[in-house]
Amino acid sequence: MCLAVPGRVESIRDEDGTRMGRVNFGGVIKDVCLAFLPGIAVGDYTLIHVGFAISQIDEASARETLRTFAELGILAEGLAELRDSDDAAEPAP
Amino acid sequence: MKHLAEYRDAETARRLAAEISRIVTRPWAIMEVCGGQTHSIIRHGIDQLLPPEIELIHGPGCPVCVTPLETIDKALAIARRPETILCSFGDMLRVPGSHEDLLAVKAAGGDVRVVYSPLDAVKLARSNPNRQVVFLAIGFETTAPANALAVKLAAQAGLGNFSLLVSQVLVPPAIRAIMHSPGSRVNAFLAAGHVCSVMGTWQYAPLAQEFRVPIVVTGLEPLDLLEGIRRTVEQLEAGRHDLENAYPRVVTERGNEPAQAVIAEVFAPVDRAWRGIGVIPASGWRLADAYAEFDAERRFDLGGIRAVESPRCRSGDVLTGTLKPSQCPAFGRECTPRTPLGATMVSSEGACAAYYNAGRT
Amino acid sequence: MDHGLPPDFSGFTCPAPLRDRPQIVMGHGGGGALTRDLVEHVFLAAFGNPVLDRLGDSSVLDLGPRLAGGGRLAFSTDSYVVRPLVFPGGSIGELAVNGTVNDLAMSGAEPLHLSAAFILEEGLAIAELAGLVARMAAAAKQAGVTIVTGDTKVVERSRGDGLTITTAGVGVVPPGVDLGPQQIRSGDAVILSGTLADHGMAIMSVREGLGFEAAIASDTAPLHGLVAALLVACPQVRLLRDPTRGGVAASLNEIAVAAGCGIEIDERAIPVSPVVASACEILGLDPLQVANEGKLLAVVPAESAQAALAAMRSHEHGHQATLLGRIVAEHPGVVAVRTAIGGSRIIPLPLGEQLPRIC
Repeated sequence: MCLAVPGRVESIRDEDGTRMGRVNFGGVIKDVCLAFLPGIAVGDYTLIHVGFAISQIDEASARETLRTFAELGILAEGLAELRDSDDAAEPAP
Repeated sequence: MKHLAEYRDAETARRLAAEISRIVTRPWAIMEVCGGQTHSIIRHGIDQLLPPEIELIHGPGCPVCVTPLETIDKALAIARRPETILCSFGDMLRVPGSHEDLLAVKAAGGDVRVVYSPLDAVKLARSNPNRQVVFLAIGFETTAPANALAVKLAAQAGLGNFSLLVSQVLVPPAIRAIMHSPGSRVNAFLAAGHVCSVMGTWQYAPLAQEFRVPIVVTGLEPLDLLEGIRRTVEQLEAGRHDLENAYPRVVTERGNEPAQAVIAEVFAPVDRAWRGIGVIPASGWRLADAYAEFDAERRFDLGGIRAVESPRCRSGDVLTGTLKPSQCPAFGRECTPRTPLGATMVSSEGACAAYYNAGRT
Repeated sequence: MDHGLPPDFSGFTCPAPLRDRPQIVMGHGGGGALTRDLVEHVFLAAFGNPVLDRLGDSSVLDLGPRLAGGGRLAFSTDSYVVRPLVFPGGSIGELAVNGTVNDLAMSGAEPLHLSAAFILEEGLAIAELAGLVARMAAAAKQAGVTIVTGDTKVVERSRGDGLTITTAGVGVVPPGVDLGPQQIRSGDAVILSGTLADHGMAIMSVREGLGFEAAIASDTAPLHGLVAALLVACPQVRLLRDPTRGGVAASLNEIAVAAGCGIEIDERAIPVSPVVASACEILGLDPLQVANEGKLLAVVPAESAQAALAAMRSHEHGHQATLLGRIVAEHPGVVAVRTAIGGSRIIPLPLGEQLPRIC
């Protein structure tokens, strides 16, 4: 029920009182209803579901999430190395 | 695509999976309640990266699977009428009713049209003033604002030939029903990230406390799913049962308030039947009294529809996680994707279809 | 005779030629003067060649020289229905030529001659028909084939598809070329000639209710030149398939079942242009299931894979040829894909029409 895709707002207009926008999804442009995001601006990224923008993508939060992933990877590798070296050091039972 | 491709990075996925393997010490059953999440798990093979202790149970998160048989039969009856144009999302076209599906009705001459957005159905109503345009409005909370605004715009434009056949369902009551069902094996939930982008996360904290299950709001891309699972396992191993938001770039605690306002204006709570599960109190939305004239169930005489579910279909037990598809006697025999007995075998993210395809290598 | 009502002509068919009619009427299919007018002014004007111009009930072709020395006749037919009739990158005209040319090419044949049967819907604008026929003629010229016989029928106005074209084609397979699933062996390489899903998404982009703007064009193209180049570099090609309806998913499943083998492909090797990938994401479609009209799958021995790829990449229709996967002995009849993150899933035979989803 949740197929929603991120796109960049290219332009905004009013259509009979409803806020609409042209949104660019990696090269595909679609007309989208922006009525639920009154504060969205050109250049912002938004999540679109069935032709409606339902959420603005928080770029700072996205960067933070990706940074956490990168660090976790390093941490996981570091712990694996520690465990492997521990295993090597211990005598076999 | 930006904000998509980054969350499919293979190396990071492997590291997240490795981290999950590192922290898990015993078996846990985690349910995802979003059909989109199920689809992503299958598409990317995420469950295969997980350690054997983790079992992912595919929950009733697909509106295709849970739309009541009676609603499908009503949609078919509407589509058969010569004056109607029945508009639907593509997902619904192959779902079997008591005797046939929308594709069969289309083949027999019914005007059935696939739309991408409910606004397309409103457009059809505008350009076909002499036809009755009916939109099959299914979905969870993610789709509700769109369906609601479509009705509101139709009302504003005075489109008397537009109506909605509504089957909106809600996640929190489903979680209750699952936790109350005997034989439930669910230890934790991945909450549906896009549902929460609309509704916020505040409904889930009380559920986590009441049922003592971790609930982690999770996105749909591989890294989002793996991170959601990682945080869930972390909680389970630590004996915690909190609400956590693992999808903060899109989900906030309060959600999208303009969207919620339109929902509150156009829809009202109602008891809903979930196909295979039965009636879950206050688990759906119907059109509010102010919009009653747009209700297709009132506009068309749809009485006398008797839904006939296959007696051999166990999709209800599958949807609540109490039965694995492979344990169903009909599975792979009379029930296959080509000859489905129930919706969980039709839908590409139905648990039964997923098992069927996975088990063939 | 003025009774105040307009005259009712619904049962009236005028026998006199009416050259000024802008639209197809039932009379155009009657076999009389209207039909003759249409054939001369629309079809012969575009396709004209010495064989067709004779307008015999059948056309006689001397293929003797080509068949001498062990050449075999290849014969194929297909019908073409598409809405809209013109779409980014092509029209029903190009599809009707290239589709049959490619079916012949998949047997290793050099395509030579086509037949073209038209079912016209009452109400189709003749100018529109002429435009499509002109495109068809251009495609035939580009493919190096002649249209040597044809037919025209008219049906009553219905859903407004306007036009159905059926083409059949003959070609000659050179001696020593024997392609088929029986040749396939475990370990063989599976090669795809270029990007997936271009045609299907080009159609989607202009479909009512689902449309979007994007620089996506149909990939319709004649592939016999590419096939010839491949066969020169790699005479041991096992099998060729063009993945049209049902996409690569359907073709791979058909190959796996016909050959009694399994197929494993690598998701990271699947070539999809970025904008087509985006369009598929938005509609929830799997590029593997979307139609192509200018691509082919080639199964070749493992040791010939690099030579095959090099030959294809130096041809205009094979620049993005890629090694997609392998034939395996495991899971016969089943196609599996190794996902980018290291999981795997089955690619089932698509059930039918590709439908956009919201789930």
